[in-house]
Amino acid sequence: MTTLPEKTERKLGLVIDLDTCVGCHACVISCKGWNTENYGSPLADVDAYGENPVGTFLNRVHSYEVTPDEGTSQLVHFPKSCLHCEDAPCVTVCPTGASYKRSEDGIVLVNESDCIGCGLCAWACPYGAREMDGIEKVMKKCTLCVDRIYNENLEPEDQIPSCVRTCPAGARHFGDFNDPDSQVNKLVLERGGMDLMPEQQTKPVNKYLPPRPKDTLGEIDILAPLLKPVAEKPDTFIGWLNKQLDKI
Amino acid sequence: MTDQPYLDTSPQLSDEIRKTTCYMCACRCGINVHIKNDKVAYIEGNKEHPVNQGVLCAKGSAGIMQINAPSKLKSPLKRVGPRGSGQFKEITWNEALNLATSWLKPIREENPEKLAFFTGRDQSQSFTSFWAQNFGTPNYAAHGGFCSVNMAAAGIYTMGGAFWEFGQPDWDHTKLFMLFGVAEDHDSNPIKMGIGKIKAKGARIIGVNPIRTGYSAVADDWVGITPGTDGLFIMSLIHLLLKAGKIDLVYLSQFTNAPALVDNETGLLLKDADNKELVIDQKSGKLVAFDTKNVQPNITANHKGNQTVFYHMIEKYLSDEFSPEAVSERTGIKAGRIRAIAAEIARVAFEESFEIDQEWTDFRGNKHKKMLARPVSFHAMRGISAHSNGFQTCRALHVLQIILGTVEVPGGFRFKPPYPKPSSIHPKPHCKVTPGAPLDGPHLGFVHGPDDLCLKEDGTPARIDKAFTWENPMSAHGLMHMVISNAHAGDPYKIDTLFMYMANMSWNSSMNTKGVIEMLTDKNDSGDYVIPHIIYSDAYSSEMVAYADLILPDTTYLERHDCISLLDRPICEADAVADSIRWPVIAPDRNVRGFQSVLCDLGARLKLPAFIDNDGNARFKDYADYIVNHERKPGIGPLAGWRSKEDTGKGSPNPNQLNQYIKNGGFWTKHIPKNAAYYKPWNLDYQNWAVDTGLYDQPQPYLFSLYVEPMRKFQLAALGHGKIQPPEHLRDRILKSMDPLPIWYPPFEETLVDKDEFTLHALTQRPMAMYHSWGTQNAWLRQIHGVNPLYIPSKLMMSHSLKDGDWVKLTSVNGSITVPVAEMAALNERTVWTWNAIGKRKGTWALDKNAPEATKGFLLNHLIHELLPPKGDGLRWANSDPITGQAAWFDLRVKLEKTKSPSSSEPTFPEIKSPVEKGSNIILQGQS
Repeated sequence: MTTLPEKTERKLGLVIDLDTCVGCHACVISCKGWNTENYGSPLADVDAYGENPVGTFLNRVHSYEVTPDEGTSQLVHFPKSCLHCEDAPCVTVCPTGASYKRSEDGIVLVNESDCIGCGLCAWACPYGAREMDGIEKVMKKCTLCVDRIYNENLEPEDQIPSCVRTCPAGARHFGDFNDPDSQVNKLVLERGGMDLMPEQQTKPVNKYLPPRPKDTLGEIDILAPLLKPVAEKPDTFIGWLNKQLDKI
Repeated sequence: MTDQPYLDTSPQLSDEIRKTTCYMCACRCGINVHIKNDKVAYIEGNKEHPVNQGVLCAKGSAGIMQINAPSKLKSPLKRVGPRGSGQFKEITWNEALNLATSWLKPIREENPEKLAFFTGRDQSQSFTSFWAQNFGTPNYAAHGGFCSVNMAAAGIYTMGGAFWEFGQPDWDHTKLFMLFGVAEDHDSNPIKMGIGKIKAKGARIIGVNPIRTGYSAVADDWVGITPGTDGLFIMSLIHLLLKAGKIDLVYLSQFTNAPALVDNETGLLLKDADNKELVIDQKSGKLVAFDTKNVQPNITANHKGNQTVFYHMIEKYLSDEFSPEAVSERTGIKAGRIRAIAAEIARVAFEESFEIDQEWTDFRGNKHKKMLARPVSFHAMRGISAHSNGFQTCRALHVLQIILGTVEVPGGFRFKPPYPKPSSIHPKPHCKVTPGAPLDGPHLGFVHGPDDLCLKEDGTPARIDKAFTWENPMSAHGLMHMVISNAHAGDPYKIDTLFMYMANMSWNSSMNTKGVIEMLTDKNDSGDYVIPHIIYSDAYSSEMVAYADLILPDTTYLERHDCISLLDRPICEADAVADSIRWPVIAPDRNVRGFQSVLCDLGARLKLPAFIDNDGNARFKDYADYIVNHERKPGIGPLAGWRSKEDTGKGSPNPNQLNQYIKNGGFWTKHIPKNAAYYKPWNLDYQNWAVDTGLYDQPQPYLFSLYVEPMRKFQLAALGHGKIQPPEHLRDRILKSMDPLPIWYPPFEETLVDKDEFTLHALTQRPMAMYHSWGTQNAWLRQIHGVNPLYIPSKLMMSHSLKDGDWVKLTSVNGSITVPVAEMAALNERTVWTWNAIGKRKGTWALDKNAPEATKGFLLNHLIHELLPPKGDGLRWANSDPITGQAAWFDLRVKLEKTKSPSSSEPTFPEIKSPVEKGSNIILQGQS
């Protein structure tokens, strides 16, 4: 059993904009590329060219179809990685202390040298955000690119998680939720940022911005003022045109 | 905090970053390739690069798995078993090139047309076409004919450029963005960046697509249109906007051929002795050339019974056949919805307009104090163009853009240099063959009438693909999808050697895949192959490899030189001209060579004039040497950067040029001055800047062609005018299809099959996270898209008692496939679809034979024929647009029935013997 810090100096996390995410998986692969080279052991791909390829990913995009009672169906792309919860059940369940939440910034990490691969944390996580590595048999999860965000070998604007840096649509934002003036807090306020499954009482740090209302143009009838006919037939139309041209 | 483990939060990233250009799709983003221990460790976007500004898609980041792919070919190969067996022996490069020379040399000396040289998603077309031109064969093209030539040609004939590589929405100012039928890749990162940018500002996005995925999934409004009816929908929008007077009259009168007078008798435009369109000046009432100083062209003039183009448009589009009620059923869009969209377009274009404080001067010499915004933009690609009515549909979309006055104004659509470039200053096609000598000019171009067609003296097609003939006069990109079929049929003639690059023609790049495989392996009565020799270059063990006699293995994109050239399909932005390079950031670890370098060598062995020096020796050591030293015209070469002290874009070759590109991150840009940023076709400052940069020989102001006069010339021929006459069986079709104002007609396939039997449309899309280039297989990406179910709309699932994972037999008039299904609700009710090119053949791509790509993956290609169903006249009618020859992939009609689950998708093909080993079971990328 591992304890959580009472509070953290900073509360780093992501805001993910479900209105803008086009579901391109850029974040998934950029994450894989960075993290297989960096923090901990490589993210293994087993049966890579075979019948059932299974690789370890710290971030995946799921797509859900939403069909309202009335109106057209929608497809929502939903990127999912560790939400770095304030009350992270994956930490408190860990028997060895390998799973821990950093007191300085709230990032939840797995210390691989202490991880025995028991898998309890993955069971405890209500979001399915942890994956057991197929070769090393240690638990893998989003590190919020802890080896990028403080990395002095990177230029300041690159000291952000790899998924945020690569996102072509700009649907991912990184920042400190303890800072009321941070961009992530502003976005949450402006756009009604939401917790994922708040009933689980994990107090996730990452927030999701909901899709804007869709298909609002609806239908309009023949009397639409903007489309009021100026003429019905070519000759009367020419008459209207000539009047307009005189005004120019 | 003390009990937290120590973490190194500043690890060294890599030993070195090498900056080059991505090739995982056609987007051509800048990439930073991190090198550790001389190996590629990590790929990220280049922040300084004009295309992607630091971001990178899934394909780009997965490039590392392309470099490590087990499917990479390792050595030149000579076929030793029968074609299709996959039995090869490794040979040396010298043997390979001698063999190729022994086939090609006699052809060149006797009849160069016996070589058909076609390249796929080739990003070196200005070079490969130059090589083919030097060889002397008329038979060259790249993959445009089976991709999006309708879009490109319609755009160039109408306004001097189309979407994607030709131009882009004004992302900084647009307030309404309407996206038609875009597969999720063209253009990849810039569209996603643009969508993100305009969404952050609250702009509205309307997605018109039978399928609501990708960009349409995030669109504010989705129009789930019935495939092949986009033209009708667009013309209904034009109808409503015209009728309501929601058009930009000043723009139409000043910048388009709306005021040009149409000769009442011929339908041609009235022109002066200098071939300039004539208009009536509003003030003086006089007949003058369109570019006369101070002229105010009158769009409603009537000169001796000759009406303006605009008058003809009104007559056509005010007709009730384009009313929302009239098109609603066919398009599957409610009339009220069509009105709502038209009203929103009108509102944003005219009520949310604004001005930019920027003076500019037009080509008539008039100074303007401001630039007026029409903040509505459009984008479209293959969805609307891959139909037999695609050219006219693409034209209609441009006409819609133009009547709103949204092209080359703030908030609308902007060209990227070297565009705008009207069809009149593009080359015309050339096809004159002289044994032992180069062709008389570039193969591909823009025809302006029957005189420009590629016909032999006896009137038969000069080209193997029948491009630029009466069957498809404006086939600006050729017809790659007809090459094998025509060569096999000996129609219009037989060839000796088929030479292809990066085109998986025995699999996903062909219609009628099974038929094509049979054509490639078919033998004549004397036991010889009907297509005698096949040479193929690819970097990977693709399905096509087994069908070639000689394999020239290419490098991957990180092991080679390339130039993304202004002579070809450059990477420019609306505010800057730009080009870029690839360079070998790693060295190949096997016996492969960049294909373009191989062509330099082969060109010298064949003594092609441009490839040898005065002593008859090889002129270019390799492709890099060509890139730096070749001059197309004095001062103009493949790369525009660092050619002179002032760096204008022109100048003599600079031996240090590639190093300067490398130092600058692999690219070069030159910015357009602010007063030249908009109104480019009519803006004097832009025109002069383009001349200084080497894009034009002289200023080229021109009018947008709402009315495309060259089309009328083909109609006149069909009516019996002129010396060059179409064959009788094509007269009627030419007259009907070549209307100089956009029209809509039903896609051909549905007019030839029983629509009550084949009630459904079937489409493919290319996923954002999969290929549009070379390697269609990737260890990371296959974990995202390893299978491709047939997506079926919910109502159909119910009526056929289907659930996810069930199998159906999907049948077209050409055959059947048996495939797994999945339900999708956000889908046009008459449409089924799947992802393109996920299915793989057993024995290819170094995959296990039980890989899901080979057992559950499938191609829709089997159901699509390169020919239309026979009409009983004994003729071979291409399944293509009758104007451009664009492959009509999306005209496909199908029916489906539930079936028992087979052991794998059908049809099945025998496993091919692989020239490479199967990939290793475990990948631990990054293990030190």
